[in-house]
Amino acid sequence: MKSRIFPLIATIVVFILLYMIGWQRFPAFGTTRVVLNILTDKSFLGVAAVGMTFVILSGGIDLSVGSIIAFTSIFCALLIKDVGVHPLGAFAIALALGAAFGGAMGAIIHYLKIPPFIVTLAGMFLARGCAFLLSEASVPIEHPFYSDISGMYYVFEDKGRLTFVATLFVIVLLVGLIIAHFTRFGRNVYALGGDKNSALLLGVPIARTTIGVYMLSSVLATLAGIIYSLYTRSGYPLATVGLELDAITAVVIGGTLLTGGVGYMAGTLVGVLILGVIQTYINFDGGLNSWWTKIVIGALLFVFIALQKVLSSGRPVFKLPSLKR
Amino acid sequence: MRFTKLSIILLVVVALIVPTTFAQVPESGEGLTIGFAQVGSESAWRTAFSEAVIAEAEERGINLLFSDGQQRQENQISAIRSFIAQGVDAIILAPVVETGWDEVLQEAADNEIPVVIVDRNVTADRSLWVTRVSSDFVHEGRLAAAWLAQATAGDCAIVELQGTVGSSAALDRQQGFNEVIALFDNMEIVLTQSGDFTRTGGKEVMESFLNTMDPAEICAVWAHNDDMLIGATQAMEEAGVDPGDDILTISVDAIPDIFLAMSEGKANATVELSPNMGGPAFDAVVAYLNGETLPDWVPVAGGIYFPDTAAEEYERRSGGE
Repeated sequence: MKSRIFPLIATIVVFILLYMIGWQRFPAFGTTRVVLNILTDKSFLGVAAVGMTFVILSGGIDLSVGSIIAFTSIFCALLIKDVGVHPLGAFAIALALGAAFGGAMGAIIHYLKIPPFIVTLAGMFLARGCAFLLSEASVPIEHPFYSDISGMYYVFEDKGRLTFVATLFVIVLLVGLIIAHFTRFGRNVYALGGDKNSALLLGVPIARTTIGVYMLSSVLATLAGIIYSLYTRSGYPLATVGLELDAITAVVIGGTLLTGGVGYMAGTLVGVLILGVIQTYINFDGGLNSWWTKIVIGALLFVFIALQKVLSSGRPVFKLPSLKR
Repeated sequence: MRFTKLSIILLVVVALIVPTTFAQVPESGEGLTIGFAQVGSESAWRTAFSEAVIAEAEERGINLLFSDGQQRQENQISAIRSFIAQGVDAIILAPVVETGWDEVLQEAADNEIPVVIVDRNVTADRSLWVTRVSSDFVHEGRLAAAWLAQATAGDCAIVELQGTVGSSAALDRQQGFNEVIALFDNMEIVLTQSGDFTRTGGKEVMESFLNTMDPAEICAVWAHNDDMLIGATQAMEEAGVDPGDDILTISVDAIPDIFLAMSEGKANATVELSPNMGGPAFDAVVAYLNGETLPDWVPVAGGIYFPDTAAEEYERRSGGE
């Protein structure tokens, strides 16, 4: 048990350290602004990362999320602007479409036994292509509902803003946490990622769980697309290129094993916050090349994967209680 | 008596404080902290633009916070939020797309931080930004035509390589050019087609022009950018026409390669798409902070370059590679 929780603790320590480094140099880190800005700016990445956590826990990968976000943003923009659908109606249609798309990917992965990497790679190109088919240019959304949503925020005394999208991210994370740790579906995902054959013997419904995982990931990616459209009040087919890699990074830095079966949803939140803190630090500095964000994240990712490797090869991660004595 | 003493002291204190609180920002903008959210570093022109802004800030003693958005809007938005959180005096934004800035610009406005838009436009409400600083494409077209009119004494049959159809750069350059040649009875555009701002596009279109018309009857080629013109020079050479001599050339952008072509005698002139937008943007910030009202648009005009300086310009702009 100890070795399982160690990556999560390491992640939290790294986050606190990075934050302290920032605070020591820029007093503004001491205000609620910085944390709330990160929650707002990373809201769509965070929601996508919650879905990605389930996928990685199940031993899979989902490369289609960035494209699904872009597709959703442009799809909603056009439905609202050209077809005249109310935003809530557009969101419902988009979410249904997302669920169908993810379900189809999950079914192909399970029944045709094609690796998730390939299937979701195809999904990535498909969704991005469709986004460009809908529109090559960015489309502004000027519906009063959108301005109402952007107007919904709580301002703290030091002018930090808790926005609607940041709140939504936190709610999605809490729901994800409950599903992962306290439901039958969550247990099945862990079992599937731990060892597929044992899971089968234990009576885990493999087909339903696999399809469910990819459906959940695509639905959350669609929700992230809706958040992106609220965040920028527009649809943009070129949006969030490569966001899936940021999501995977956040999940892995958050302490979830890339091979599946081990990890905590809370770690994903910390992973997203770490990405945000590094970016904020570099923006605050104003003189550092912004590509340092990538370099630091790359280094961190490497350290965390090495850490996981050491922990999982040093002794078996899954010790059966009977073998302990 | 005490009261008079006190009031004198008060007066002195007020006299000391008032000028400092209402002090004008120095014209150079010295001592200001300005955040600059740049698109990225996707082209040589963009890099030159960033470097020009950074150099200008250094010269003026402005503390510039520079952020490269890596062509992602979300990066630019989060950079602007960081600038606001730090309480900068002003923000300069070179937007990657036109849409989606309303919310973050509103946040800047709520914190009374002025925002100057540079280069591309934004769809956000006019009240959310101070002014826009960008190239004057119409001026570039006029300058190109004015040079050609002078070089040919107002007598020239012109073939035109248009930029991407519907783009503001293509429309405005065309408009400016046509305004000027309309003043001369013997200047006329005989053939025109879009080369989509690319080298291959320029080459293909020029090939078709040379096939439709006797090259001897073409006096000059006018390209909406240098890349298309470089493509066109290849087409001319392949057709046995000497570009820059048999057919004059004029184009816009001033990219390093056009200077190479000019120094080899294959091109005659280029109008610069000025990357020097830092100065006008900082001037706009200072003017706004000093309470002046600004126009919607501050145009930036580039100069025109000829073969005589081409070799040294190529050296300077290509970074001595």
